Amino acid sequence: MARIIGGATMSHVPAIGAALDNGKSGEPYWKKVFDGFERSKEWIRKVKPDVILLVYNDHAVAFSLDIVPTFALGCAAEFPVADEGWGPRPVPKVIGHPELAAHIAQSVILDEFDLTVVNKMEVDHGLTVPLSLMYGQPKAWPCPVIPLPVNVVLYPPPTANRCYQLGRALRKAIRSYDEDLRVVVFGTGGMSHQLQGPRAGFINSKFDRRFLNLMTRDPKALTRITHLELLRESGSEGIELVMWLIMRGALDAKVREVHRFYHVPASNTAVGHLILENLK
Amino acid sequence: MAKPNAYDDIPGTTVFDAQRSRQGYHLNMFCMSLMKADNRTEFKANERAYLDRFPMTGEQKQAVLARDWNRMISLGGNIYYLAKLFFNDQKSFQYVAAIMTGSTQEEYAAMMLKGGRPPEGNRYKKDWKKKHG
Repeated sequence: MARIIGGATMSHVPAIGAALDNGKSGEPYWKKVFDGFERSKEWIRKVKPDVILLVYNDHAVAFSLDIVPTFALGCAAEFPVADEGWGPRPVPKVIGHPELAAHIAQSVILDEFDLTVVNKMEVDHGLTVPLSLMYGQPKAWPCPVIPLPVNVVLYPPPTANRCYQLGRALRKAIRSYDEDLRVVVFGTGGMSHQLQGPRAGFINSKFDRRFLNLMTRDPKALTRITHLELLRESGSEGIELVMWLIMRGALDAKVREVHRFYHVPASNTAVGHLILENLK
Repeated sequence: MAKPNAYDDIPGTTVFDAQRSRQGYHLNMFCMSLMKADNRTEFKANERAYLDRFPMTGEQKQAVLARDWNRMISLGGNIYYLAKLFFNDQKSFQYVAAIMTGSTQEEYAAMMLKGGRPPEGNRYKKDWKKKHG
């Protein structure tokens, strides 16, 4: 039986990827960010997942305004790294897990989560920056990755509660897969940030810290957060925090917080990071 | 006519909703086209002629030519699409964010290093007006 051993949340700021790719990770500005992930790298080396289910959002790269899937699942054997306008990031291609992905799609759709099956897709910084933060710069990613893109660009994204409930359905799907796989779930994006308009640069550390506390201790409370509150309190792009709830819903109700890191700024964004483990 | 939305009272913020997506569809799809190298070359050679291939409004084309980012947002542009245009100009998110807030890049970067723009006075239009006049 496959099982989820833990989850991680982290921001996926493109400038973090660029800093690493351009050899700037040792500069004081960026070192503060990367230092916060040293323990996380050790953790993932130790737990050695067989598969990562990676929740992120596409940034107008694989999807355009022509088609906007609210929830999608990458079921392909591999996912090329996209050229987002300055050449693809120099990172390994992403290998999928089509068998588990197909099982998850079938399970959650019958569980009434009507996600979009994607059999061909390039992946952008939303997916590759979290892998870089957790694994550094390997020649190949150490395990297969199942991408789960969520629309957070076109308002409205799915609600916090819907995301949490999808997480519950993913948990059930993974636990019903008949192979002994250890799965880690990433929920990426956030924390508070706003990239547009005269209010750009908005950061709300008090909100972010409360969100981190509740992620570990009382995620149900977070399922009641409205989009209006997220927009107002965490910035227009901070709304992508709903994706963290998918990860949290996939974990058990009680979890152990292994690691926490919070830092302002990475470019325009508050970086928030958690590692949570199921107790058994 | 669509009703006003609760999020319209957040200051300095344009929520990219379905109405704005409809309004900005061609503007955003023009930006998206710049992900292809050949299109970037043609756009560089003659911006106006390239823009005329898209059924955008005159205002939208003017805003692109003037690189008036706030105007593009008000005409239905979305920041992740506009990013294809400013990446093509070799500019970063932080460069464009600074312009949209009316500050220099140095001032903006310094604000971020000090913890960013605080929520106090920046949650509601009425508070923003008191703070910024």
